[in-house]
Amino acid sequence: MFTDDTLSAPPVAIPVDILRFNTCGSVDDGKSTLIGRLLYDSKSLMEDQLEALERSADITGGGQINLANLTDGLRAEREQGITIDVAYRYFATPRRKFIIADTPGHVQYTRNMVTGASLSNLSIILVDARTGVIEQSRRHTALASLLRIPHLVVAINKMDLVGWSEARFLEIRAQFEEFLPRLAIKDVKFIPLSALNGDNVVTPSAATPWYAGPTLLGHLESVHIASDWNLSGFRFPVQWVNRPHNPTNPALHDFRGFSGQIAGGIVRPGQKVVALPAGIATRVKQIWTYDGPVSEAFCPQSVTLVLEHDIDLSRGSMLIGLDDLPGASSDLHAEICWMHPRPLRPGKKYFLKHTTQTVQVAVTEITHRLNLSTFDPEPGPAELVVNDLGQVRLRAARPLVFDSYADNRLTGSFILIEPGTNATVAAGMLHPPREVVKAENGDYVI
Amino acid sequence: MPSYHLDHLQHLETEAIHLMREVAGEFERPALLFSGGKDSLCLLRLAEKAFRPSELPTPLLNIDTGHHFPELNEFRDRRAQQLGAKLIVRTVEDAIARGIAAPAPGEISRNRLQIPVLLAAIEEFRFDCCIGGARRDEEKARAKERFFSFRDSFGQWDPKNQRPEIWNLYNGRLNPGENMRVFPLSNWTEMDVWEYIRRERLEVPSIYFSHHRRAVRRGGQWLPANHLVPPRPHEEVRELTVRVRTIGDIISTGLVESPAEDVDDIIAEIAAARVTERGSRADDRASEAAMEDRKKAGYF
Repeated sequence: MFTDDTLSAPPVAIPVDILRFNTCGSVDDGKSTLIGRLLYDSKSLMEDQLEALERSADITGGGQINLANLTDGLRAEREQGITIDVAYRYFATPRRKFIIADTPGHVQYTRNMVTGASLSNLSIILVDARTGVIEQSRRHTALASLLRIPHLVVAINKMDLVGWSEARFLEIRAQFEEFLPRLAIKDVKFIPLSALNGDNVVTPSAATPWYAGPTLLGHLESVHIASDWNLSGFRFPVQWVNRPHNPTNPALHDFRGFSGQIAGGIVRPGQKVVALPAGIATRVKQIWTYDGPVSEAFCPQSVTLVLEHDIDLSRGSMLIGLDDLPGASSDLHAEICWMHPRPLRPGKKYFLKHTTQTVQVAVTEITHRLNLSTFDPEPGPAELVVNDLGQVRLRAARPLVFDSYADNRLTGSFILIEPGTNATVAAGMLHPPREVVKAENGDYVI
Repeated sequence: MPSYHLDHLQHLETEAIHLMREVAGEFERPALLFSGGKDSLCLLRLAEKAFRPSELPTPLLNIDTGHHFPELNEFRDRRAQQLGAKLIVRTVEDAIARGIAAPAPGEISRNRLQIPVLLAAIEEFRFDCCIGGARRDEEKARAKERFFSFRDSFGQWDPKNQRPEIWNLYNGRLNPGENMRVFPLSNWTEMDVWEYIRRERLEVPSIYFSHHRRAVRRGGQWLPANHLVPPRPHEEVRELTVRVRTIGDIISTGLVESPAEDVDDIIAEIAAARVTERGSRADDRASEAAMEDRKKAGYF
C-alpha cells in the first residue's frame, strides 16, 4: 500500500500558525488509517517509525502494515486492537503546524471526544461510504456542534469500495444536510476520499473528476482560523500575583503585577478595567512581559498587568473591560457531559473549576438529558450516567463571573471535580447569563 | 486594523506559560526538573517568562545517574547559577550507597535506577508537583499523556485511568502523598524546541554541536567510547565528527555523524532527518513498550 511516487520535500520553512483538529468515526471507519496516511504522505513519518510498523506487521499483522499502529501507543491497545484514550500527533507542512487529537470510536466515546476536541479548530467526521450516515455520525456531529467547534469536515471514506460514485457522495451529503440546520456549525466541507489508498488525502485523486474541492490536507492548510479566538470582550482571570518582594532593587520593591492569560478581547495601557468580584474600577498602567512592556495584548496571550491603583486581587479574580460585560450569578445553567461511572444525581456536591478559581457547587436540578441521535431533550431524568449529555442547574457557594460558552469557550466552560477522589467527573458549558454585571454610581457591583 | 495573530511558537509559548502559572497557583511545593538538556532549557526560559520579575517559585531538581556527560552537568550548574535558582541534585550513586536504589546483578544502565531516586527526592522535599520537559511527539506512550499527569502515592502512572483534560482547565487536586507531573512542552515537537532556542537565543550545551569524539559501534549505532562499558576486542572504535540529538546517559546515547556547528545547521538537519530523535536512544529501543513500562513505575 505504500508508494513513494507522490510527494513534496519535508518542510523547512517555519509554519505560520497552528491548527488543532480531531478525528471522529466509529470503530471501522478508518480513523487511524487516515491519520497514518496524512503523516505518511506529508513525509512526517520517520524511518524508525516505519521499521517499527513493519516489525509489528510481521508479529501481529500477518505481514500487512497497519497504519493504525502509529497512533495506538500502549501495549494494551496493540494487543486488543483498540484505542484507550486520546492520542496526540503532530505534523507540519510549510504552511501550518497541526495538532491531531485522535479519539477512539467505541465505548467512552463521548468522554474522549470532549477531551480531545475541546480546543479544536476543526473536527473531521469520518463516514464509511458504504454505510452512509449512522447513529454515530449524528452523535459526533451533535457533539462537535455542542462544543462549538468552528469548522467541520465530513470525510466520506472508502469511496473506492462504492466505485467512486458521485451519486453516493451526494446522497450521503444530503443525509447530513437534513440535520445540519438544527446544529450550531457554520462551516462544513464534504470530501470524498480513500484513506487506505491515499486518494484526496494529500494528493488529488484521478478517480473523482466530478469533485472540484480541495484535498483533505489542502483544506486543513487553508481553512481560515484567525477569527476562532474571541477578541470582543476583555477578560483576564488572575492566575498568579506577581510580587518580587525585592528590598534591594528599588524598581522592584513596589512592583505588584497580576499574571494570567487573556481569555477574551484586547487590552492596552490606560484602558479602564473593573476587578471582579470586588467591583473596583481602575486603569491598566503597564502590560509587563519578560521581553519588555507592550502597547497592546490580546487573547490568548500570557501577560502581567500592572494597575494604577493598589487593589486587592488574588487568584480567581477577574479583570474585565467595559465594552462587553459578563454575567455574574451563583445560579448556573449549563450543558454538561458526564464522564464518570458514578452517576450524577440532584443534591450532590462537587468542586467546580472555572477559569482560575475553584468553588463548591450543589446540583439543584437535572433539567433534561439530551438524546444525541434525535437531538431532542428528554425532560426530568433521575440521573446522568457516564457519556450522557444533559442540562443542569447548579448553585455555587459564591457568584461566578462568566460568559455563555457560545460567546467565549474559555470563560464559558468549567469542569466538576468529585471531592475525596478528586476525579474530574464532568465538563460543563454555561448558558447565557440572565443578569450581567451592572454599573451603579460609577462602581461595578455583582 | 492590526492583525491579532500568534505564530505557532507564540501559541506554544502562551500555552506553556499558562501551565507554569497554574502550577504556581495550585501547588504548595513544586519543583522544576532541569537536566541542562535542550527541552529543560526551554522550560527554564518559559519559567522566566511566567514568573519574572519575581524569583522562580520552584527549585530546580536533577537526578544525576553518575553516567551523565560531564559537559552537561557543567552547563546545568552554570545555568542555575546565572538565574539565581536553587539547584537540588540527588545522585544514583548516593542512593545505592544508602540502599534506596539497588542495581540488579550485572545491571550497568542507570535508567531504571533513576526512578527510586526521583521518588525519594520527592518524598525528602515533600514536592507535590514536578514540572518536566517531556513532549508527546517523543514516543508513543508519551503521546497519551496529559499536561497534568497524576501519580499515585507509589509514583505510578495509570494510563487507563487518566483525568480527562478539557479546554485549559487542569485538575490539580491531590490527596497527601500523591504527586502531579506537569508537562508544559507536551505539544512541542523537536523542531519547535530548536526554533524556540533560536528565537530566544538560548545557549545550549556544546555536545549538541559537532565535535570530535572516540566512538564505539554497538547495537547498530555509534556510542561514546567510555570507561563504564569499555570497547570489547571485536568492537569497532573510531574517531568521528559527531553531535548528540537527544541526551541520555553516556553509555546509551547514540551519536549522530554531523557537521552541524550552530542552531541553524541543527534546524536544517532536523528538517531533512529521516529518523526520530528517540531512534538514537538505546534505552527506548529495548522493547516497543519500554517507555510505557518505565512511566508506569514512576519515571519522569
